[in-house]
Amino acid sequence: MVFVGLFVAVMSGCTPEHPQSTFDSHGPVAEAQMGLFNLLTWIVSVVFILMTVGLLYTIFKFRARPDSKPPTQTHGNTKLEIAWTIIPIILLAAVAIPTVQTQFYIAAPPEGEDKLVVNVIAHQWWWEFDYPDLGVSTANEFHVPVGTNIEFNLESVDVLHSFWVPKLAGKMDIIPGKTTSMWFKADTVDADPSTPEKDSFYGQCAEFCGVAHSWMRFRVWVDEQDEFDAWVEHEKSLAQDPDTDLAEAGYKLFLTKGCVACHSINGRPDAVAVRGPNLTHFGSRGTLAAGIKPNDDMNLRAWLKDPNSLKTGTIMANEAAVYINPDLALTDSDLDGLVAYLRGLK
Amino acid sequence: MASISNALRRPTSTTGVWGWITTVDHKKIGIMYGISAFSFFLIGGLEAFIIRLQLARPEHALVSPEIYSQLFTMHALTMIFLGVMPLSAAFFNLVIPLMIGARDVAFPRLNALSLWVFILGALMFQSGWVFGGAPNAGWFAYAPLTSSTFSPGHGMDYYVLGLGILGVSSVAAALNFIVTIINMRAPGMTLMKMPVFVWMTLVTSVLLVTAFPVITVGLIELFLDRTFGFHFFNPAAGADPVLWQHLFWVFGHPEVYILILPAMGIVTEVLPTFSKKPLFGYPVIVLSGISIGFMGWAVWSHHMFTVGLGPIANSVFALTTMTIAVPTGVKIFNWIATMWGGNIELKTPMLYSIGFIFLFIIGGLSGVMHAIAPSDAQQQDTYFIVAHVHYVLFGGSMFAIMSGIHYWFPKASGRMLSESIGKVSFWLMFIGMNVTFFPMHFLGMDGMPRRQYTYDSSYGWDFWNLVATIGVFFLAAGIIAFVHNFFRSIRKGEVAGNDPWDARTLEWSMASPPPEYNFAVIPTVSSRDAFWEQKQTGTTIKENEGGTAYGEEGNHGIHMPSPSYWPLVVAIGLTISGNGLMYSFPAAGFGVFLTMVGIYAWSMEPATAPDNH
Repeated sequence: MVFVGLFVAVMSGCTPEHPQSTFDSHGPVAEAQMGLFNLLTWIVSVVFILMTVGLLYTIFKFRARPDSKPPTQTHGNTKLEIAWTIIPIILLAAVAIPTVQTQFYIAAPPEGEDKLVVNVIAHQWWWEFDYPDLGVSTANEFHVPVGTNIEFNLESVDVLHSFWVPKLAGKMDIIPGKTTSMWFKADTVDADPSTPEKDSFYGQCAEFCGVAHSWMRFRVWVDEQDEFDAWVEHEKSLAQDPDTDLAEAGYKLFLTKGCVACHSINGRPDAVAVRGPNLTHFGSRGTLAAGIKPNDDMNLRAWLKDPNSLKTGTIMANEAAVYINPDLALTDSDLDGLVAYLRGLK
Repeated sequence: MASISNALRRPTSTTGVWGWITTVDHKKIGIMYGISAFSFFLIGGLEAFIIRLQLARPEHALVSPEIYSQLFTMHALTMIFLGVMPLSAAFFNLVIPLMIGARDVAFPRLNALSLWVFILGALMFQSGWVFGGAPNAGWFAYAPLTSSTFSPGHGMDYYVLGLGILGVSSVAAALNFIVTIINMRAPGMTLMKMPVFVWMTLVTSVLLVTAFPVITVGLIELFLDRTFGFHFFNPAAGADPVLWQHLFWVFGHPEVYILILPAMGIVTEVLPTFSKKPLFGYPVIVLSGISIGFMGWAVWSHHMFTVGLGPIANSVFALTTMTIAVPTGVKIFNWIATMWGGNIELKTPMLYSIGFIFLFIIGGLSGVMHAIAPSDAQQQDTYFIVAHVHYVLFGGSMFAIMSGIHYWFPKASGRMLSESIGKVSFWLMFIGMNVTFFPMHFLGMDGMPRRQYTYDSSYGWDFWNLVATIGVFFLAAGIIAFVHNFFRSIRKGEVAGNDPWDARTLEWSMASPPPEYNFAVIPTVSSRDAFWEQKQTGTTIKENEGGTAYGEEGNHGIHMPSPSYWPLVVAIGLTISGNGLMYSFPAAGFGVFLTMVGIYAWSMEPATAPDNH
């Protein structure tokens, strides 16, 4: 009964359609890890059932009863004790082989196959993604071609972070002052085929990195090769000019309100700072504030009005002039202009 | 220069408040350890309760992220350093001298020092909540988030200095118990005739003495970084912050066994008593305990499988970690074999011990899953590890400690805890434990990282988080039932008598509570389970009748160490110097001075006051 209940609970606990479910592998690295996990789950489940049945049987069979005789005072049994030392050793040795094999497999992409290099630079609390071979730099969302090995070089500008896309690969920590690396390959373009539209893969920082750690997320879009090439071409293009008066006013505010102290917009010589995310094609991203909210007018307005309302502790709220100097505070019409300009950066 | 010792008149009272404050009696010290540590355990539980309320539903705003990060950091530190470790120390104090046939520990005043440094250090640690913020970078405090750049304010200073001061207490206590166990056993009690709890205390104490220096080095370096701008962990100046992780886990993994080995020792005493059978495979149990302690030094990097140490290091540490499963499994098999063929009485201590075995099997097996380095890259830093750690530390250590409390309460207090309330508390805690922590395995596999102060609904984590929070109410009810049982039974519990459980070891041979000198006549031991043997063969230990033991009447009765103020003075000095390092260097200087005065006066003071025959 207990086991049936437990089994049902286990199975219902493993529903794979959640966006960060590790059961729903979409690439060889995650699959290798899941395969090992499943092997272990079977082994430990059997061991658990045997040990628990043994424990419960012992308790019920040897319960003290009014007529129980004093038990024989046995002190041990060498053969039995050797047996239950050897059996686990054999079991573990069997598990050790695929463990070591998988460990080496996931360490680096197979030699001789094509690969695309992506440099990941983690910041409190957002992500920078650079493609050194393609001359592209973007933030919080990045694209990769399907079926290609992607090698990541991971760096941090401040504290420890950890790079994790559960459906594609296990995590790798990011350590300031050194470069760590990992790889994955996506087998499918859609993270969740049960919905009609194409879904991106969810990623998230997995090492506690300060107050806004919970909101340090990102998205991975997996594209067919031609889509990916088109995306690269688009990313390389310079920023669009503002196309309405409102957007034009927003652009002026962007220059004068101090936004350029941290953000760059390719093609705008006044906006070249790299402290915050590159906003050249901000309007074409699906999410804002490091993958936490859909990128629409309402959320962008809320974000610009008070970044803390979406993401407590964000550095922009603590350091940008418009939030700490009341004389520079953004008015409602300022917000209209900035939203129009930024959303227009397709 | 003995005049400093005489500056305070030697305390003589052994009753009343000052009797407790100046006591050097291991039993009173044990009781004070137990009560203060359980109080901190309740504080840690309250922190956990708030954490679960915050996570009960998505985007809940019960606490801010700033408070939340202090809560999860302090919950772990409180439970580990102020709860489980000193609760184990409470059992060491209460039980070890009684089990080995000694009248006290080797260094009674050092024992008092350990207690007072623990209590004052723990209060200082918690005072961060009131003065400028508690530690907030997680209990393993990974650099460089702990630097003064990323963690300004005094929160992390409370971590550095609090742990440093608590380390003094732990190392002093551990040295004391090593010497006590090696030197003060009753005649005839060879090492392989010691009760297993004594063995596990010895192994734990050796681990404490060897592991704490490692974290102390890390803490001193972090202190220099934070206070004087040194660069031990500052990557901007070329340091490798992974150094901290190595220092922390070289300490931190033995620390895990410091938390679990005493628990295993307790269970190993309880199971034979309530099965009416000797322990099955004593030598193997002892050896596996020693080898777990020893191998605890060879696995620390399994906490760092995602740090990028490379496939060779990860493979090696995966294999060493898997080997620890072998002695651990052997222990569990031997425990079950101990019960096999016995007359099992399901009294409350036994229920908690059996609960321990069941929960520890789950925690041990999920530990093996974590040992598989490549797949652990998915579970590392998720709720899966949160589930694992609570199965071994709550289901493991705490259930064993509850077992020990119910087992030895009659010896310490002279009264029985209520069996019926005890059983209610056990079942509430057992159900609560599983309802709270089992779903966390699912949350981890569903990609929920630990240390998130909230989550949004689209991630599919709502249901199991709510279930986990519901479980906490069962846990809280179980704890409340136990606390009620404790206060009720201490006043009007059934009188226990010497040996309420028909037990096997020497502490049950004397009155409950034991007289100050424990043994009127030091027993001579000829076998394991010495008291059981005496009961079987009909020889009994001579009981005292008057105020002195007649066995030593010719020698003016039994000399017990006299109470002393100096351990408390030293503890106060250490705490002042710790606080001073944060707020005022002159105050720190005064604290060091007071510590020195205390140590000097202590060393000039005879262990037993000359006129105190």
